[in-house]
Amino acid sequence: MSARLAMEARNVSKTFGQGAREVRALSDVSLEVRRGELTLLMGPSGSGKTTLLSILGCILSASSGEVWVAGHPTAQLNPEGLAALRRRYLGFIFQSYNLFPTLTAAENVLLALKVRGIEGREADRLTAAALAEVGMSSKANAHPGTLSGGQQQRLAIARALAGDPAILLADEPTAALDTENGAAVMDILPGIAKKGDRAVLAVTHDPRTIRYADRVIEILDGRIVGDAPPGVSGAVSPVAGDHVVELRDAKGKSRHEHAGRGRKRRR
Amino acid sequence: MIVTLAKRNLLHEPARLVVTLVGIAFSVVLIAVQAGLFLGFERMVSVVIDHIDADIIIMPKATENFDDVSILTGEERYRALGVPGVERVERLVVTGAEWRKPDGGSRSVMLLGSDPRTNTLVPWNILAEDARRLTTPGSVIVDTTYAEDLGVSKVGDVAQIEGQSARVVGFTSGIRSFTTVPYVFTALDQAQAYQGSTGDRVAYLLVSIKPGANLETVRADLAGRVPSAKVMALQDFRTQNFHYWLFTTGAGGALLVGVLIGLLVGCAVVGQTLFSTTKDHLPEFATLRALGAPATLIKKVILWQAAISGIAGYIAGGVLVAGVVFATQATAMSIVVTPWMAVGLFCATIVMCAVAALAAILKVNKIDPATVFAR
Repeated sequence: MSARLAMEARNVSKTFGQGAREVRALSDVSLEVRRGELTLLMGPSGSGKTTLLSILGCILSASSGEVWVAGHPTAQLNPEGLAALRRRYLGFIFQSYNLFPTLTAAENVLLALKVRGIEGREADRLTAAALAEVGMSSKANAHPGTLSGGQQQRLAIARALAGDPAILLADEPTAALDTENGAAVMDILPGIAKKGDRAVLAVTHDPRTIRYADRVIEILDGRIVGDAPPGVSGAVSPVAGDHVVELRDAKGKSRHEHAGRGRKRRR
Repeated sequence: MIVTLAKRNLLHEPARLVVTLVGIAFSVVLIAVQAGLFLGFERMVSVVIDHIDADIIIMPKATENFDDVSILTGEERYRALGVPGVERVERLVVTGAEWRKPDGGSRSVMLLGSDPRTNTLVPWNILAEDARRLTTPGSVIVDTTYAEDLGVSKVGDVAQIEGQSARVVGFTSGIRSFTTVPYVFTALDQAQAYQGSTGDRVAYLLVSIKPGANLETVRADLAGRVPSAKVMALQDFRTQNFHYWLFTTGAGGALLVGVLIGLLVGCAVVGQTLFSTTKDHLPEFATLRALGAPATLIKKVILWQAAISGIAGYIAGGVLVAGVVFATQATAMSIVVTPWMAVGLFCATIVMCAVAALAAILKVNKIDPATVFAR
């Protein structure tokens, strides 16, 4: 594993159910996620992107294949071992924010630090820094319920950043936000990746986010069909008006898709 | 942060918290009242024994409890005085008698007769000089609880016991009999006069041993010297007397069952509340798990919720118990709460809440952190 490599999946497959009810969510997926990059994992609903994020995030186990997180193989780890990897190396941003409604903004961050074993003055300092990084210092004592969606997501980012994890995983970070708030959130992510030298992997089907990415991985029917920087051959690119994105698969064949609606037409 | 989260989870739904606290407080009151009644029962049936200043008690073989009076043969005292290690042997008359009220009517009483010049059994909860008046022939001391029942109201009132004059020279307070037959204190010779007996034919002999003498050795020697009587360490007799009332009347058993029911009710109420609170917060616990929290951290949150509920419920229940204890102080069956009992009750409350948290802990054990992506 190279020094820039934060995560790696090799030949990962995942099936749910058994027999006639078996559903293959991922088929033979291999990818690398590097530090200093904002990587988008894009695909229509049901394409397997959240399943892949869950496996890379040590929350779900692969049916076959291997995953390394910060150089650590995950295949043989029990649930507590996986939890230890998560709190040491991973930060999570969720579509629905998943904040603790009974705690203030600062306490939400402090709790995440407590999970990572950081308490006392050091925790207070890191909390203040994390809130400042996302522009939420003035809302430290506010409860999530009193914050706007964009503020809640920024708080969720602060929580994920607390403790300085090497890898940030985001599940549809803009899906619940309007255009303005979505842009505000996306404005933050490239800086987190570059300034903090972190690997940021975001699952999204929002084509508005593509312009922020260093790299776009496209997944379809549980297989990776594209992996390149945006705007270059092999990557997705937004088409104004109809949100149709041009996709180019591994064999170089091009197709267009209505992003977010799962409708696609091949050329 | 764990305590903060636990506290906030509870405070998040005030109505549910109030229900929980009411449930715990009810449980605390139920347990305290039952246990307090049990303790009060124990004290009541042992009240006279607890005020006897002696080490060993000699009684007729047939005696099963303090109020179950028989008469010794009269030979035991001199034999006992000859046993090595015995310092003194005092006589105690305990006998039923008929009390005739000054204005007519009668009722049964239990005469307690001891030598007022010794301190073997002196009426308590009374001024010392009043107790010493028992040396005057024909004088008795009764408890204020039974004064009206006995037809007397003040010092100097004269009633009759077994047809002989009984002048009230003092009143004790709070000395109640479990059998509801009033105790009447009098001097040994006066009691024997009322009883129509003389000498050493009494119900009990109270033995004090010499300093340094071994209690069990002296007791065994006495038992060998007076084989016609039962010889027991006073504390053992107290236990026998307590067990007699506990198991033959069933009252103690009922109180013990009440304590157990209190514990069960408390467990059920706290358990149900914690379970539903945990269920409501499962997505948050799943998020914690996804963030990498070890399972033990989540269990700690739930246990803290249980502990906070227990402490708050105990305080609320304690206030109610204090009120109940105060209200029953002057009744025939008072509720007794000692400092140790309060500590024990607190521990029982916390343990009860922890046990009640088990169902919630089993629930969080099954949390799938992957659900955080499904919301």
